[in-house]
Amino acid sequence: MAILEVEHIEKTFEHTEVLKDISFSLEQGQVLSIIGSSGSGKTTLLRCLNFLERPDKGVIRVNGETLLDASAARSSGEADIRRKRLHFGLVFQSFNLFPQYTARQNVMLAKELLAKEQPDYKARKKEIHREIQAQAEALLEQMGLSDRMDNYPHQLSGGQCQRVAIARALDPELTGEVLKVIKKLADDNTTMIIVTHEMAFARDVASQVIFMDDGYILEQGTPDQVFGHPKEARTRQFLSRYQAEKFSF
Amino acid sequence: MELIMEQMPIVIHALNVGFLQTLKLFFVTLIGAIPLGLIIAFGSMSRFRPLSLLCRILVWVIRGTPLMIQLLIIYYFPGLVLGIPVWGGGEAGRFLAASVSFIINYACYFSEIYRGGIQGVPVGQEEAGLVLGMTRVQIFFRVTLLQMIKRIVPPMSNEIITLVKDTSLARIIALQEIIWAGQAFLKGSYGISGAIWPLFFTAVYYLVCNGILTLLLGHLEKKLSYFR
Repeated sequence: MAILEVEHIEKTFEHTEVLKDISFSLEQGQVLSIIGSSGSGKTTLLRCLNFLERPDKGVIRVNGETLLDASAARSSGEADIRRKRLHFGLVFQSFNLFPQYTARQNVMLAKELLAKEQPDYKARKKEIHREIQAQAEALLEQMGLSDRMDNYPHQLSGGQCQRVAIARALDPELTGEVLKVIKKLADDNTTMIIVTHEMAFARDVASQVIFMDDGYILEQGTPDQVFGHPKEARTRQFLSRYQAEKFSF
Repeated sequence: MELIMEQMPIVIHALNVGFLQTLKLFFVTLIGAIPLGLIIAFGSMSRFRPLSLLCRILVWVIRGTPLMIQLLIIYYFPGLVLGIPVWGGGEAGRFLAASVSFIINYACYFSEIYRGGIQGVPVGQEEAGLVLGMTRVQIFFRVTLLQMIKRIVPPMSNEIITLVKDTSLARIIALQEIIWAGQAFLKGSYGISGAIWPLFFTAVYYLVCNGILTLLLGHLEKKLSYFR
């Protein structure tokens, strides 16, 4: 069964239609790369999946459970949306690490706040805190950040910040330098959607590729199909532009 | 010079009494205006239009008119025009009226600083919190607040130092603060009259007070420089 099903998602801002009929599904452990020029709707799609935007139309299902049906009345309250978001982790383009917290605290903060909702929190407070800290440190270690845990975001390089953001977005039970980490994640059966302009990486890591253009999914298939034998003229144009850019650098 | 040395202990005593009143007004204003400013800031950012409009009009009127006029209106209007002397008589009544005027005036200035501070924190910070499953209240207190405080410390320091000097405006309703105490030696006070130097000497009090505040606020700014 598909772990994620997205059906006929549409989203309009003011008078701009950003997403026009987006549908796809993902199986457990699949890695989906979304490619496309800027403004094609990639980020908006991710934001819809994380409930940062509410689609105007469409359905989102996770493990068969309908998380969002835009045709249903706007019934879900804040707490409900909060619970649904926990199905997804999101690494932002600009990372959005919390500047006043160290790398370790960035990874731990939300998990500690969520732990307070556990019924046995009061009795096991110290134990829970130790567990969360151990998980955070293990994650950061896997990201190659063992000696950076007590650094603040402004003391870290862009790549290090990205790895902290990945560690923060991950479920503690899951594991994973950035490309290696994500590949490792794919091997570990983590279902992932990656939006990138790094074409070689997108081809390498993905089991499925979606090419978005002007709010539509123009082409969809295995990396070999989309990168090797693109059917659409727009896809070929986009890919050749990227290859040309690579040489110009 | 000899005369000044002779007058000195008496003058210092009188100025200390006046300065105590100055400090009282200063602290009462801070204690009242810091939270009230936050309420006005949230009000003017409210999505409920009538509330945000009301708050913005209040800020416009208060920032658009002199504090001295506000003091005079707040102190005299209820008694002289409405016939309801709400402030009571004497120094206590004048202090109460001055406190209310200063709190409202400074809350309006603070609210604009807060608004800038809150809106200056990138939206991505709140979104990151939401995606991680935090509630909006948790996000405000655990993520946004400290970043906002860091942003507002320099402009707040400016306002706080201005407030120390603005308390002298309360002289207009005869509040017995330090300028009033210094000026009293012109007409006659504690047996001294025709002395102008006590009035000039009050400047030293303001200078020392603001020196201490500058050090304290600079220290706070430094404490918050561990992150960017």
